[in-house]
Amino acid sequence: MKFIDEYRNSELAEKLAQKIASRSTKSIKVMEFCGGHTHAILRYGIRQLVPKTVEMKSGPGCPVCVTATADLDKAIALAHLPDVIITTFGDMVRVPGSYSSLQQAKAEGADVRIVYSTIDVVEIARANPEKSVIFIGIGFETTAPTIAASILKAQQEKMENFHVLSLNKLTPPVIKALLDSGEVKLDGIVCPGHVSVIIGSHPYEFIPRDYGVACVISGFEPLDILLCIDKLVEQIERGEPKVEIAYPRGVKPEGNRKAWQLMEDVFEVGEANWRGIGIVPHSGLKVREKYEQFDADKAFSVSLKPPREPEGCRCGDVIRGAATPLECKLFGKVCTPERPVGPCMVSSEGACAAYYQYGGPENLPGF
Amino acid sequence: MDDRILLAHGSGGKLSHELVQKKLLPFLANPALNKLDDSAIFEASGRLAFTTDSYVVNPIFFPGGDIGKLAVCGTVNDLAMNGARPLYLSLSAIIEEGFLLSELERVVQSIKKAAEEAEVSIIAGDTKVVNRGQADKLFITTSGIGIVPPGVDISGANARAGDKILLSGTIGDHGIAVMSQREGLRFSMALQSDCAPLNKLVSQMLEVSSRIHCLRDPTRGGLATTLNELARQSKVGIVVEETKIPVKEEVKAACELLGMDPIYVANEGKLVAIVDPADADNILTRMKNNSYGRDAAIIGEVTKEHPGKVVMKTKLGPSRIVDMLSGELLPRIC
Repeated sequence: MKFIDEYRNSELAEKLAQKIASRSTKSIKVMEFCGGHTHAILRYGIRQLVPKTVEMKSGPGCPVCVTATADLDKAIALAHLPDVIITTFGDMVRVPGSYSSLQQAKAEGADVRIVYSTIDVVEIARANPEKSVIFIGIGFETTAPTIAASILKAQQEKMENFHVLSLNKLTPPVIKALLDSGEVKLDGIVCPGHVSVIIGSHPYEFIPRDYGVACVISGFEPLDILLCIDKLVEQIERGEPKVEIAYPRGVKPEGNRKAWQLMEDVFEVGEANWRGIGIVPHSGLKVREKYEQFDADKAFSVSLKPPREPEGCRCGDVIRGAATPLECKLFGKVCTPERPVGPCMVSSEGACAAYYQYGGPENLPGF
Repeated sequence: MDDRILLAHGSGGKLSHELVQKKLLPFLANPALNKLDDSAIFEASGRLAFTTDSYVVNPIFFPGGDIGKLAVCGTVNDLAMNGARPLYLSLSAIIEEGFLLSELERVVQSIKKAAEEAEVSIIAGDTKVVNRGQADKLFITTSGIGIVPPGVDISGANARAGDKILLSGTIGDHGIAVMSQREGLRFSMALQSDCAPLNKLVSQMLEVSSRIHCLRDPTRGGLATTLNELARQSKVGIVVEETKIPVKEEVKAACELLGMDPIYVANEGKLVAIVDPADADNILTRMKNNSYGRDAAIIGEVTKEHPGKVVMKTKLGPSRIVDMLSGELLPRIC
């Protein structure tokens, strides 16, 4: 397939891998922020291609995984309200909350629908004027502009039954929180591709400047990722950390201004609760007051029992890069994609799901 | 007769009778069915294979087929996957009140065509009508009986280390063709479902080799799930090469767009064969001579290493585990 096969060429991959190996002398730790990268890395066996000196850690970039249990419980409680239709993206319905899941609520009679786009939510609201339609908005800077656009559309059409529970989160502030905690000592970050299409490269500049950590924005094909690792190794070996774009076909330094403006118009920055990390200031998006009629947090109130985390689940540690999925005692035994205990095993972008699905000889006990 | 199915069509009375006489029998007629007795009687001797399956595909019409063709081919293929020669099918339909009679007729026509191609007769049947909302348009269940020729011993438990793994053609065509028609996801493409009866392909393969150990059609869950089933059932390891697995460009593109892997996407006219290595090339040549095996390829082999697990050599060279499909295929969100 044109524009895809070129980025999966095995000869070029081999050459890049050799280049990285010949360049790399220091033992380094790099984190891929994005769950999409984790999946590509395991799917193509990229860890087997890079030298042992480069240790790769998975980060918190899975929108489903970082959704706080309390927020999930709220979504489930909203689903149980009368005359409500809950809409959300696929994986979200399977994530276990403290006491139930959206999937479970659906089986108990709640109207929970999976959508592929926020514009579908507007259509569902239009087709069901007697019901309140709530979209559970998750994701990073990539999905936020489309959610903003759907709120503007609902306003244009003067819809009264369209609402968003905004659990959207921002990437650079949580990277800052991870670096501040000092729990995982990183030398470089594989910065997210799709997020950077929207925000550009400037918002990462504090990372090399204040923390001395190398940053390279990567695409999602195997050659993109290898090129990114090569650039990271080069920066670290030279001791000259900076922000580089290894995904120029998708990312411009200034990002997508139009999408950015859409977000700024509809949302304001506030704190957000991250699973495994806790409250991170300036890392969440809240619906602005002028659009508050669409804010599910304002329009509905539900009473919630205190949230609880599943016993033994180390999703929080996995999200922070403090543990690999293999270090969790539940992994592959109690917790599997069929019966997930924590969100990292549910989501198609979760680290545990990627480890489980793609494994790799080194990950298989008794292989 | 009105142009929609009414509850009365399922009442057992006049309208039910009319439905059978006018809409079903003319297309599906054969001596055993025409008698309209409570059961069909037929002669058979030897080892019999028996199977049943229900069809609830949504939408019921899709590029390259419909629920009727699927209901015949699916059951015919299940029989063929044990080396059986399919003979007779039963067909039971649950119809939602309000279903268009013209659509029912289209489905029955397609059942007739598929049964003719597979050379099977539908000798028993039933129809029920349920209230609107209690079924999604039309559900069909078919059961099938076939004869296993003497000497044929095909089972998912028969794979041995050293065997070659053959795949009869491109994967993912059915799943993507159906998905392209789904509400909320509609995209237009030239792709057709591969829905087809494979019994003749199987009998041609059996003509050139008596050492076909396993056959399975990778339907729901796709190639990955089928290979895992076979590895577990036979307690062997399986190694396949990603670059050897045929995938159409359209399927690759749709999968890229939706964040799916073609090895998990459903097929309805493909088979996986695990065969003695000495016969693999002969079987492959014979498969390529059948239109349903034109794109057949040897995609890997059976090993005594890592029993119960499937390993794929990726395009880039390194290997990875291929697990069964878990849950539903969902497009990515980020």
